[in-house]
Amino acid sequence: MIPPAFDYVRPDTLEEAVRVLAEAGEEAKVLAGGQSLLPLLRLRLAFPELVVDVGRIPGLRGVREDGDTLVIGALTTHHDVVHDPLVRRYAGLLAQATETVADPAVRHRGTLGGSLAHADPAGDLPAVALALDAELVAVGPGGRRSVPAGEFFADYLQTALAPDELLVEVRVPEREGWGFRYEKFHRVSQSWAMVGVAALVRRADGRIAEARIGLTNMGPTPLRATAAEQALAGAADPGAVARAAGSAAEGTRPSRDASASPEYRAHLARVLTERAVLAAAGTG
Amino acid sequence: MTDQAVHAAEEAGGEVGRARLRKEDARLITGQTNWTDNISVTGLLHLAFLRSPMAHARIERVDVSPALERPGVVAAFTGRDLADALGPLPCAWPVTEDMVLPDHPPLAVDEVRHAGDPVAVVVARDRYAAADALEAIEVDYEPLPPVLDLEAALAEDAPLVHADKGTNRAYDWPLKAGEDFAAVRERADVVLERRYVQQRLIPNAMEPRAVVVTPLAASGEYTVYSATQIPHILRIMLSVVCGVPEQKLRVVAPDVGGGFGSKLQVYGEEAVALAVARRLGRPVKWTESRSEGYLATHHGRGMIQDVRIAATREGRLLGLKVDLLADMGAYLMLVTPGIPILGAFMYPAIYKMDSYEFACTGVFTTRTPTDAYRGAGRPEATFAIERIMDELAAELGLDPVEVRRRNWIRHEEFPYTSIAGLTYDSGNYEAATDKALALFGYDALRAEQRERNERGDAVRLGIGVSTYTEMCGLAPSRVLRDLRYSAGGWEAASIRMLPTGKVEVVTGTSPHGQGHVTCWSQIAADVLGVPFEDVEVVHGDTLVAPQGMDTYGSRSLVVGGAAVHRAAEKVVDRARKVAAHLLEASEDDLEFKGGVFSVKGSPEARRTIQEVAFETFTSHDVPDGMEPTLNAGHVLDPENFSYPHGTHLCAVEVDTETGQTRIRSYVCVDDVGRVINPMIVEGQVHGGLAQGIAQALFEEAVYDAEGNLVSGTMADYLVPSAADLPEFTTDRTETPATSNPLGAKGVGEAGTIASTPAVVNAIVDALRPFGVTDVRMPCTPERVWEAVRAAGSGRPAQKEAAQ
Amino acid sequence: MTHISVTVDGTVYEDEVEPRLLLVHYLRDRLGLTGTPVGCDTSNCGACTVELDGMSVKSCTVLAVQADGGEVTTVQGLARDGAWTPLQRAFHERHALQCGYCTPGMIMAARDLLRENPHPTSGEVRQALEGNLCRCTGYQNIVRAVLAAAEETTGETAGQDSAAGDGASGRRTASGQEVTA
Repeated sequence: MIPPAFDYVRPDTLEEAVRVLAEAGEEAKVLAGGQSLLPLLRLRLAFPELVVDVGRIPGLRGVREDGDTLVIGALTTHHDVVHDPLVRRYAGLLAQATETVADPAVRHRGTLGGSLAHADPAGDLPAVALALDAELVAVGPGGRRSVPAGEFFADYLQTALAPDELLVEVRVPEREGWGFRYEKFHRVSQSWAMVGVAALVRRADGRIAEARIGLTNMGPTPLRATAAEQALAGAADPGAVARAAGSAAEGTRPSRDASASPEYRAHLARVLTERAVLAAAGTG
Repeated sequence: MTDQAVHAAEEAGGEVGRARLRKEDARLITGQTNWTDNISVTGLLHLAFLRSPMAHARIERVDVSPALERPGVVAAFTGRDLADALGPLPCAWPVTEDMVLPDHPPLAVDEVRHAGDPVAVVVARDRYAAADALEAIEVDYEPLPPVLDLEAALAEDAPLVHADKGTNRAYDWPLKAGEDFAAVRERADVVLERRYVQQRLIPNAMEPRAVVVTPLAASGEYTVYSATQIPHILRIMLSVVCGVPEQKLRVVAPDVGGGFGSKLQVYGEEAVALAVARRLGRPVKWTESRSEGYLATHHGRGMIQDVRIAATREGRLLGLKVDLLADMGAYLMLVTPGIPILGAFMYPAIYKMDSYEFACTGVFTTRTPTDAYRGAGRPEATFAIERIMDELAAELGLDPVEVRRRNWIRHEEFPYTSIAGLTYDSGNYEAATDKALALFGYDALRAEQRERNERGDAVRLGIGVSTYTEMCGLAPSRVLRDLRYSAGGWEAASIRMLPTGKVEVVTGTSPHGQGHVTCWSQIAADVLGVPFEDVEVVHGDTLVAPQGMDTYGSRSLVVGGAAVHRAAEKVVDRARKVAAHLLEASEDDLEFKGGVFSVKGSPEARRTIQEVAFETFTSHDVPDGMEPTLNAGHVLDPENFSYPHGTHLCAVEVDTETGQTRIRSYVCVDDVGRVINPMIVEGQVHGGLAQGIAQALFEEAVYDAEGNLVSGTMADYLVPSAADLPEFTTDRTETPATSNPLGAKGVGEAGTIASTPAVVNAIVDALRPFGVTDVRMPCTPERVWEAVRAAGSGRPAQKEAAQ
Repeated sequence: MTHISVTVDGTVYEDEVEPRLLLVHYLRDRLGLTGTPVGCDTSNCGACTVELDGMSVKSCTVLAVQADGGEVTTVQGLARDGAWTPLQRAFHERHALQCGYCTPGMIMAARDLLRENPHPTSGEVRQALEGNLCRCTGYQNIVRAVLAAAEETTGETAGQDSAAGDGASGRRTASGQEVTA
């Protein structure tokens, strides 16, 4: 199908982008890699009057270190995230999960910022951002502000970003010595996650000292499996992990769709949490 | 031809049987293709169709005038605007005398009967303008109740898809052979009754449909380019639907990117494109988008099967009774009603029995029409019998292979007339099965299965068996007459020996990926004794290949390829006359080998067929009274169907905690008779397996309660990729067909027909210790998990009581 | 209308385009480069895969304006003076195509894989082709072909397939370095 007509601007600077967005208000859509927006346009599920192509704004792409924080530009493509040595070293969970997003060609164009700002609950990266305790930095007419991932995802496809704000970078605390695992459950390789579990585990003295668990597609937003995280602290054997994982679906609101019922999703969340945590505990 | 060349050809042992690389590939791997959507002509206009967003509604008003205001729009038409120019779309298979055949306007006029039913068409200067203008068209719909449940649709007070017909029942078609089922049931030790559901599938040829029509208005001539499997049939049908005299219509199937039955159709868009080109006197193009095609291109399968078998406690089948409800969708399209009937004869499969009863009811629903999809009726039949044979084995505590062995036709019994009345010409089920079991490592996998079961492993192993045969190579014309099909089943070929000794083969088949150009070259090269490279094959254009019945039903090789063989023999017969004349010898004294005629006993007296071709071209010295040409044609009406068979074995690992399944190994040994090109045969098997496995595991056209297609895009309808499918182990046995000169059997559908039950049998086999006896297709992780949960995880299986 | 300048298969094109024009429609309808087909509208099938600035992309999910200033290689730009690349040869020799509609995208996706991973396992090939659907072949011969092409381009000729269509210009590797073909 054919996208509807729209006006198009390609600002050269961040300031210009923010100004254009502020002028256009709700009628504008931000285009980064386009891998979420273009299918929506082609199916005529979105009718923006203006598309603001931020893809060439300098300085928003790439990964650097700021003290003990990893700073990933919002325009960094999935492909570059997967292959980046800093990400692999300090945020292996992100690299692993990103490698499961869509397919190689989509990963060449799609961006980390775009995925987070699109906030699809079936998308893999929002739950990972939660688990990693990422901070999302936005720039708007009022300047820069930093939003913790836990406050960023407001509702289905809704974020804390104002229409005139642009996500510019993702700040991830560096974690060394944490085990990680992204367990993605889907029916075919390129399809969205039916359920995904992003697990980070820190071990000490032969026990799980701390676990952080993000859940994909267990509600209108990505969620933390808080009850399971608490129960996991101190777990020393697979039996304890299994018992703790039993509470992984607590507080979730999984949807019903053609591929799964809420009950099945809840079941998967428990099984996958157990598997992710056991795997993460082994990779630490 | 030099002696050396002759020698080389002889040493090579002929073309047939060689894995010749395909002549078709060069253009396809360099992008020098001619898909219908590639065609562009001066002044080309683009069509876009407005489609119903509802499953069922009365059209109160359609106003296309606002669309005319949009930039680039040249015209727009409603169904009523074109009603004079368009007759109803055809159904060529009225399966019973009293079949209900509803009117099917190419553009809806009064009522829409499925989501996607087209209500208006826009004509614009480019595809973007056409798409935009659709949004300006105003339509008022008065919703009518959707009809979705096949059983409820047959109730007295059910809402009707076609109110004027007074019923949703399209037809009842019975078949009965041998004893009454009730009688064999009396003496049976075991009677099993199962309900299987064949979900609706979307064929998903990779090339979406497209049509281009170029008119010569002054002389009333039209060329229709269409992504179709059936240029010849389409020409006849468009002539009827649009009232354009047949001799004024040329239909071309350019490069066609797959069909699998979905392009065996006469579509409304093709008729509308012709009508619009005729009305405007301008060339037009329409190209389907994928998600549009999910609504507008016919679907496949869609059946509920109630299957009963009666057997002795030794596992010998006594009888089979099948009651089918077949979802026709909203209209009867080209061969919609006949699809289940193609399966009717195949439920008894490779087995001997005393009683067979079959009844099919075609049911209208407010969904996209169904029609042929790879296998067309036979996959459904094979699934039902192969699933229930596994159930019988489980019931009796026998190995599933053993149960089949006790019932199948033994190789020394061929030709064998099945209880359904088909005469299977040849086969060797024992040989194929033995070979498959050995390749698969059947006993070792059974041992591993036992070990996992004893250990209580969360990941269980299941082994699925499918021993199939099928009827293909459509079809003997007299049989088609008896089945009330409106056309014959012959195929035409003609061969032109060119003056330079090169060869043109004209075929009535219409390939769209099968490799006919390569295979027909091999066949002709062998019979004529000319080099493979010297043969060109032309097809897919009613102007250059005027006679044909096209490509579907695994018919092209066994009917069309056989026709090429016969035509080539006729060419040789003619050449022999000329050669005998030139060599001053009697025809009986001539040998023909490797393209050379020589006189027996004096090998120096010789003429190559190329020399004979040139001599015939000049005609300076041909036999008196002989027509000066070597060219010959043959129209071959097959004497029988083709019956490939084989044994497929599938091992599946089932994660009982998540319901996830993984095919661990897949082995198939197919017997497709004599093979023209083993490389191409293997490719056909691979592709067939992928589609059959996809039905078992991934694909389903899902509708909601209002009749909307939920799996409406390729993101929702799961076509498996390379990452989702296993490596296949394929092999063959070779029992030549006796019903055609090539000894070949059809191969295009075999993999699809055989594989679906092999996979589902494996999944059920893995879960039998939990008490699971069935998982509905597609066997999604959730359905597998539910099956385990419902059966009561961990408890020993309860044997189902015989009824 | 927006002005764009795009190099496609070595030729520079300057055009005014609607911003919404998809790259694949630009290639097909404006430039007449119909070797790249369209198979879906949700970026699932991969038939339209081309290379943009050295990386495989789905040209139905890229706007022509996004390719402004970029370099596009399509299946039509691979063969040099009629000589096929190792992947094209392998697709032919291993019977990796039937109808051929998915083939341009498959070849472009496989080419992308071999640039990043010149010696993939069959599992890696299958994973790398997860975004390219074929309905004819069951993929087995496609996997064989990609492995065969990899085999052929070992040692000093590694990357030959990628290099063949890149023209004289530099291309970006996975690590972002500029190399000259």
